[in-house]
Amino acid sequence: MAYNRKDLLGIRELSVEEITTILDTAESFKEISTRSIKKVPTLRGKTVINFFFEPSTRTRTSFEIAAKRLSADSINISASTSSVTKGETLIDTARNLEAMAPDAIVIRHSSPGVPHQLAAMIDAAIINAGDGAHEHPTQALLDAFTIRERKGRISGLQVAIIGDIMHSRVARSNVHLLTKLGAHVRVAGPRTLLPPDYEKLIEDSEGSLTVSPRVDDAIAGADVVMMLRIQRERMSEAFFPSLKEYSIQYGLTMKRLDLAASDAIVMHPGPVNRGVEISSEVVDGASSLILDQVTNGVAVRMAILFLLVGSEAQ
Amino acid sequence: MKILIKGGRIVDPSQEMDKVSDLLIEDGRIAQIGNDLKADGAEIFVASGLIVTAGFIDLHTHLREPGEEYKETVASGAAAAVAGGFTSICAMPNTKPINDNASVTRYIVDKAREAALAEVLPIGAITRGSEGAELAEMAEMKEAGAVAVSDDGRPVMNSQVMRHAMEYARDHNLVVVDHCQDLHLSSGGAINEGRYSTLLGLKGMSRAAEESHIARDIMLAEITGARVHIAHISTAGAVELVRRAKQAGLSVTCEVTPHHLALTDAAVVGFDTNTKMNPPLRSEEDRAALIEAARDGVIDAIATDHAPHHADEKMLEYDRAPFGIIGLETALGVALKALFHEVQVPLSRIIEMLTIGPARAFSLERGTLAEGSVANVVVFDPDREWTVDPTRFKSKSRNTPFAGWRLHGAVAATFVAGREVFRSQ
Repeated sequence: MAYNRKDLLGIRELSVEEITTILDTAESFKEISTRSIKKVPTLRGKTVINFFFEPSTRTRTSFEIAAKRLSADSINISASTSSVTKGETLIDTARNLEAMAPDAIVIRHSSPGVPHQLAAMIDAAIINAGDGAHEHPTQALLDAFTIRERKGRISGLQVAIIGDIMHSRVARSNVHLLTKLGAHVRVAGPRTLLPPDYEKLIEDSEGSLTVSPRVDDAIAGADVVMMLRIQRERMSEAFFPSLKEYSIQYGLTMKRLDLAASDAIVMHPGPVNRGVEISSEVVDGASSLILDQVTNGVAVRMAILFLLVGSEAQ
Repeated sequence: MKILIKGGRIVDPSQEMDKVSDLLIEDGRIAQIGNDLKADGAEIFVASGLIVTAGFIDLHTHLREPGEEYKETVASGAAAAVAGGFTSICAMPNTKPINDNASVTRYIVDKAREAALAEVLPIGAITRGSEGAELAEMAEMKEAGAVAVSDDGRPVMNSQVMRHAMEYARDHNLVVVDHCQDLHLSSGGAINEGRYSTLLGLKGMSRAAEESHIARDIMLAEITGARVHIAHISTAGAVELVRRAKQAGLSVTCEVTPHHLALTDAAVVGFDTNTKMNPPLRSEEDRAALIEAARDGVIDAIATDHAPHHADEKMLEYDRAPFGIIGLETALGVALKALFHEVQVPLSRIIEMLTIGPARAFSLERGTLAEGSVANVVVFDPDREWTVDPTRFKSKSRNTPFAGWRLHGAVAATFVAGREVFRSQ
């Protein structure tokens, strides 16, 4: 078992063994965050740059804490995507980053493929922290970690992913990961937010994928209900009439959650719009693992940094 | 001044000719085709084992002069053209400033005369500034040398304006060339809408955005009687629309690019921005339909949509990078690969789409080796293998998805009006 890639760009290209390696490694790192001194020297002298072209609090902080708990030096750079219009091209960005001799670059960008383009130009390990609507591999890994921790398995589970499927990199990465590990994923949301050929996203995997506009059908009997954030600006783009109508038709309420399995868990990648895609009762209810996801995010990101940057120390 | 091209296989679909013979050029015109022609005083080009055809005509070239000479000039584009076997290229009007008046048209014609390589035939804008509102001065541009009108890349969305443009163009015997795309339906799109846009999280451009606009143009062609040429068709549905328009007897023609014959949207995986063009690479089913349409005659012309961009501009995020790739120097090899070597479309049919097909679409007195016609001639080897190396292009730009491809089919020599303008090393 090993993870021999230079980068973590997406889930689609990973094997089941690679995914399992990351999840198992994360398990061994989780305990560190429960100690009174939450720090190990594993990545001392390594430099991790968090390069975020999109606003993010949760993911950036999670990566920063993960790096610090491994004793790596982490630096945050926030950039506006408009740097391109100021004349800095992707190649300049890459060369500037390379000149700082980092060991890993965690990158978030609104354009799909930017981590892949940079990975081809840069020696440092590139970690995709979200590229447009393409992939968000660390989120899917922490989601899988959370499910596995609670349910003891992923194979055979019925997982409903509900909401703005079209614009969601979280949904795409989760579909790849969960089906690879044998889950049966049902994706649902308004038809305007279901991209074409979504059911063809996966190739020969253990699990299965179904796509439907009927939220109740997707939730019925589900072991896991994962809700996606709805962006307010989607209204002005005529994807749905109003947030009120959205919450009634597609939101997760206690009543709707009753359709799921009696021991179903509720997840959300955050940040949550209370009362829109998910009611406050559900967010704060006993089924909700939303804060566990955040906790596990640190352990999973520690594992990824360790596997990518700490390999020569092994 | 005489040139005798000896012993080549002369393929001229305009005369349904396909035979091994000699071809004599005299004073810039085709003097004679026959066996064992006398050489007296002629320069001799031995073409044994090679194919001799009329020079290729590209109905769809973007030169960047005036305005963006760092991407391509008229001269560098014309040099790339003759290296690829093209003796006439039609220059789209989206320069800076836009070719929407006779002075810009004349400027391009003058630059082409100075370069003295391929013939450059300007296409004027349909509307002033290609803004889709007021008609450009089509008749004056025609007098200055324009051969057609188009707002390529910025399709005229106002159907009433387009109707008037067609009526007016008809009065002046100009073909209206349209890049068909409903800009609302395709808004923000970077690649074909389908499995790959979903997989990669890139915004898609649906086939319906192209096909609905083609359907509109065909309906307008019917009520105006205008000659309409549909640029770079890319979908199976587009093929059927044009097929039906032709069956209905309308003056509708169309072209296809080599890259839409050779590639699909699967090439976008990896995010190489040299796979980004408009219309986008489509699905395998679309590609198959285009190949069949090329075989059965629905498609009139192979056109490159040669669109030079500087590497700095292409090296951007995929969704921010400009659309377009260059094609003049790879067109023959890619077209032969996709149509001849892989699926055995007859060579004469492919040559037809590079010569007399485009000539007829724009009513150009070109594309033929008939005796007395202007001696635009290309000699090529359909089997010679070569590797695409963009650093060796005559074009100023390098934006091609075919870098490193092994292609069969290379130009040996190109003649414009009887003058040798290119010979391979």
